[in-house]
Amino acid sequence: MAELNQKQNFLKGIIKENPIFVMLLGMCPTLGVTSSAFNGLGMGVATLFVLLMSNIVVSLVKNLIPAKVRIPAFIIIIASFVTIVEMILEAFVPLLYEQLGIFIPLIVVNCIILGRAEAFASKNNVLSSIFDALGMGIGFVLALTILGSVREILGNGSLFGLTLLPETANTFILFILPPGAFIALAYLTVIFNRLTNKTT
Amino acid sequence: MDYIIILIAAVFVNNIVLSQFLGICPFLGVSNKVSTSVGMSGAVLFVMTIATTVTYLLNQYVLIPAGLDYLRTITFILVIAALVQMVEIILKKVSPPLYQALGVFLPLITTNCAVLGVAILALGLENGSLVKAVFFAISNSLGFGLALVVFASIREQLELANIPEGMKGVPINLLVAGLLSLAFLGFTALV
Repeated sequence: MAELNQKQNFLKGIIKENPIFVMLLGMCPTLGVTSSAFNGLGMGVATLFVLLMSNIVVSLVKNLIPAKVRIPAFIIIIASFVTIVEMILEAFVPLLYEQLGIFIPLIVVNCIILGRAEAFASKNNVLSSIFDALGMGIGFVLALTILGSVREILGNGSLFGLTLLPETANTFILFILPPGAFIALAYLTVIFNRLTNKTT
Repeated sequence: MDYIIILIAAVFVNNIVLSQFLGICPFLGVSNKVSTSVGMSGAVLFVMTIATTVTYLLNQYVLIPAGLDYLRTITFILVIAALVQMVEIILKKVSPPLYQALGVFLPLITTNCAVLGVAILALGLENGSLVKAVFFAISNSLGFGLALVVFASIREQLELANIPEGMKGVPINLLVAGLLSLAFLGFTALV
């Protein structure tokens, strides 16, 4: 039974409660950095790391924090991990650090992370929180990578920097510009809803 | 001259919502009525201006001299969260009518990434000064307000439109936002 629950904790974030397509959380980085598949993946993994670490810490210290100050306490925990990610990226992946720019410190205000800390990690044990964070995080990574791939293929004719279309082919530049983010996500949401309605 | 360019750039060319993607959550969340979107814009104008002033001074006179600029993210988010609380308490005492109008929106602003985003972006302005940073914050909140109010007016009209089943709700809103962003792309050559 317990094993089944962990599986559910893990899987719900990927499809049923996908943070992007179903819950519409964390929209700013979703739209802002997905002009290429690589950026989308990088942002997704950075967020996954912060989400996982903050869920672990919050579920460990949940009984020590007075209820009234829990939100500021969660924010400090999250902000510490964001600072760590910021330093790691600057040191080891400077290219990604430059591309993501302002959106790295803004992981702090990504509603997914605070949302999971408040709604899940502060009420459950460490193991469940880890699975919850992994599921939600992977759902987020997948959504960002898919959105980034679609935009990069349509807008630039390439995927992860590899050219797919001949250089003479016309691409929709629109999709790597800001409006393309909204439009691509609109249609992906339609497709996602359609697919999930069919299977359930 | 500098200031006019900052204003036009922030409101039209690099609109904070439609081209920089900051503050999307309130943009999609509280934009179903024009009246609520005006209230939200007012609250953002208020908090963003105060927050940028405080964080700019803090960065300039505390963090940089002490060599602690790597703590920027943590300090800024705490300052913003505390400020929002404080503004709420002060407004409640000093100006009940204003509190009535803005009150419900204030707690939402802590997690509005536009506020933290502008506070950080304001540090990177060329020949930065406190006045310039504050002016930058005001311009950006006007840009936020413009996008929000225009989007809300379109959504009010959309309620009367006949939308295909699969597009109802989120997808049609995103699509409208996309078209609005496309329209704002037309301002690119202004500056």
